Amino acid sequence: MTSRPIISVRNLEVGAMSRHGMLRPLRGIDLDLPFGQTVGLVGESGCGKSMTARALLNITPAPMRITGGTIILDDGKAPPQNLSALDPDGVAMRAIRGARVAMIFQEPMTALSPVHTIGDQIGEMVRIHRKLGRREAKAHAIEMLDMVSMPNARQRYDAYPFNLSGGMRQRAMIAMALACGPDVLVADEPTTALDVTIQAQILELLQRLQADLGMTVLLITHDLGVVARTTKRVAVMYLGEIVEEASTIQLFDTPLHPYTQGLLSSVPRLGSRRGRREPLPTMRGTVPSALVELAGCAFHPRCTKAVAGLCDVIKPVMAEVNPGHSARCLLYPEVLVASKRGSSVVQPEPVS
Amino acid sequence: MWRFILRRLMWMIPTLVIISIISFIIIQLPPGDYLASYIARLESRGSNVDQATIDSLRMRYGLDDPLIVQYFKWLGNILLHGNFGYSFEWRLPVSQLILERLPMTFMVATASLLFAWSVALPIGIFSAVKQYSLADYFFTVLGFLGLGIPNFMLALVFLYVSNRYFGLSVGGLFSPAYLNAPWGIHKILDLLSHLWIPVIIIGTAGTAGLIRITRANVLDELRKPYVETARSKGLHPMLLILKYPVRIALNPFISSIGFILPGMISGEVIVSIVLNLPTTGPLLYSALLSQDTYLAGAFVLMLAVLTVIGVLISDILLAWLDPRIRLS
Repeated sequence: MTSRPIISVRNLEVGAMSRHGMLRPLRGIDLDLPFGQTVGLVGESGCGKSMTARALLNITPAPMRITGGTIILDDGKAPPQNLSALDPDGVAMRAIRGARVAMIFQEPMTALSPVHTIGDQIGEMVRIHRKLGRREAKAHAIEMLDMVSMPNARQRYDAYPFNLSGGMRQRAMIAMALACGPDVLVADEPTTALDVTIQAQILELLQRLQADLGMTVLLITHDLGVVARTTKRVAVMYLGEIVEEASTIQLFDTPLHPYTQGLLSSVPRLGSRRGRREPLPTMRGTVPSALVELAGCAFHPRCTKAVAGLCDVIKPVMAEVNPGHSARCLLYPEVLVASKRGSSVVQPEPVS
Repeated sequence: MWRFILRRLMWMIPTLVIISIISFIIIQLPPGDYLASYIARLESRGSNVDQATIDSLRMRYGLDDPLIVQYFKWLGNILLHGNFGYSFEWRLPVSQLILERLPMTFMVATASLLFAWSVALPIGIFSAVKQYSLADYFFTVLGFLGLGIPNFMLALVFLYVSNRYFGLSVGGLFSPAYLNAPWGIHKILDLLSHLWIPVIIIGTAGTAGLIRITRANVLDELRKPYVETARSKGLHPMLLILKYPVRIALNPFISSIGFILPGMISGEVIVSIVLNLPTTGPLLYSALLSQDTYLAGAFVLMLAVLTVIGVLISDILLAWLDPRIRLS
């Protein structure tokens, strides 16, 4: 039912040594981006969503680096390549970055240079990757501004980020990311910094462009509403791992993982059956730091359904519970069996 | 942009008027005047100065006029005739005295500034990019040593070494043979062979501080999200650093240009005295010591005007470099 993945991530790990021990923001990510689809990646702050985005472009912030796993890019333009094996600053990686896999960021005000015009920053893409001259790059940049429905594109070419409203800045950012016609767009919280009406416009724009250009989009957000309206498939992240993966409809219909259930129940809804005076349920605790090494399931200390002697002992693996719907929770027999078979029984380490 | 410059030029006028008043008051502040100390010196040598001579001298220099009259005479002469007055000590017009020394002063200052910048900027950027590397620590230690060692001390060491081990004539900007020689290729070569000592000494002091400032500025900028954006575009790492963080980290530098200009004239007095450089620094120093009113006054005024001009230049440069300033 899913088409060939354009990006296929297997067991991706990102880490760095710190004075407190090994930091492991990504602990073995498996993720497929099917060609031409929008996949959502959700989770709380600090769960590794943004790190996943950066790892896909091999721009993990120093001292973080990819310590294991593969990221296979297979966009048909070149033989499949493993991005995690490329030198982050090397020619091969830089030729892919921006041209074949592009990224848009959360805060367009700070993510665009304050002292360069947006036209220059958009045109830079084609100057780098297509070696276009200034004049051609300018024409292309104006075309891109038109494409993202920037009003007065020609005049806006010379505008600086601070001349523009938040929504227009994000349009400029999108124009920049798409300037080389990338096949994959990684959007890291593209609407979080915008107010609600502008959010809707930007999401519509992204959906329109995705459909028009046949792009594959990885949409990273903590906003389940955004996921529900824009994505076909969703992956839920917790502490550097994917804990549930399903089609968007399945996930909202029958969330399997207690973490996903918690996320969904803590979204306020208008006209819900819940009484007005009943407080919105919240999950206890927060995502542990990337330093923490837990025996068993990473979520068990916060889980309301955790079974002592099981969840704090056996490390769960991802397994398909319903067709096309996988989870990483030992409460499901399929997962339990797979976890035991995968010989991933982890003895609780002695507390030092 | 032009309106911005015009507006800034208009603002300079009242600033300069106030500065001229304050500098005049400052040079009049110390008790007594040059004539009083001159007469005292003559009398101590036994020569008798009769009252008539004193009076005529006082008259000639207008020392008995009310301050306000003296101020307007002073300013009027400067503005209308370019006449900065007369140096009592050197018995020469102030303008001639200063003009004689200005070219060399600017040359030494510019050369040491260029030296400092061309050494400090690359090292500062490198230290920031390779933070906490061995090289970074090395330059940090070197930088703090440079900051810690007083310049005149360094000057003395240089003098000693260059004379003792290289047999160079010490001090000044020329060998004695070329001091009064007309300009020619040999004189220029002689100048260059002397120039590097003051340039390095004056330069290193600035270099140390500049490295630290550049490093801190670039470090601040390296952590900004727009750097990550630039990375995500596939820019070459070197180009990226120069185009984005360094460009923005330069702003504090540009804004300090305003204080470099007056520093060129007054700066490094002690080094100049130690090295016997024919620059304006020592001149200012002796003028202040001997209450050479008009010479000192001309200096104070010139420094103030240069500061104002320098600030204007750095504002224009900043506005040119940083659109956020231009438009607010």
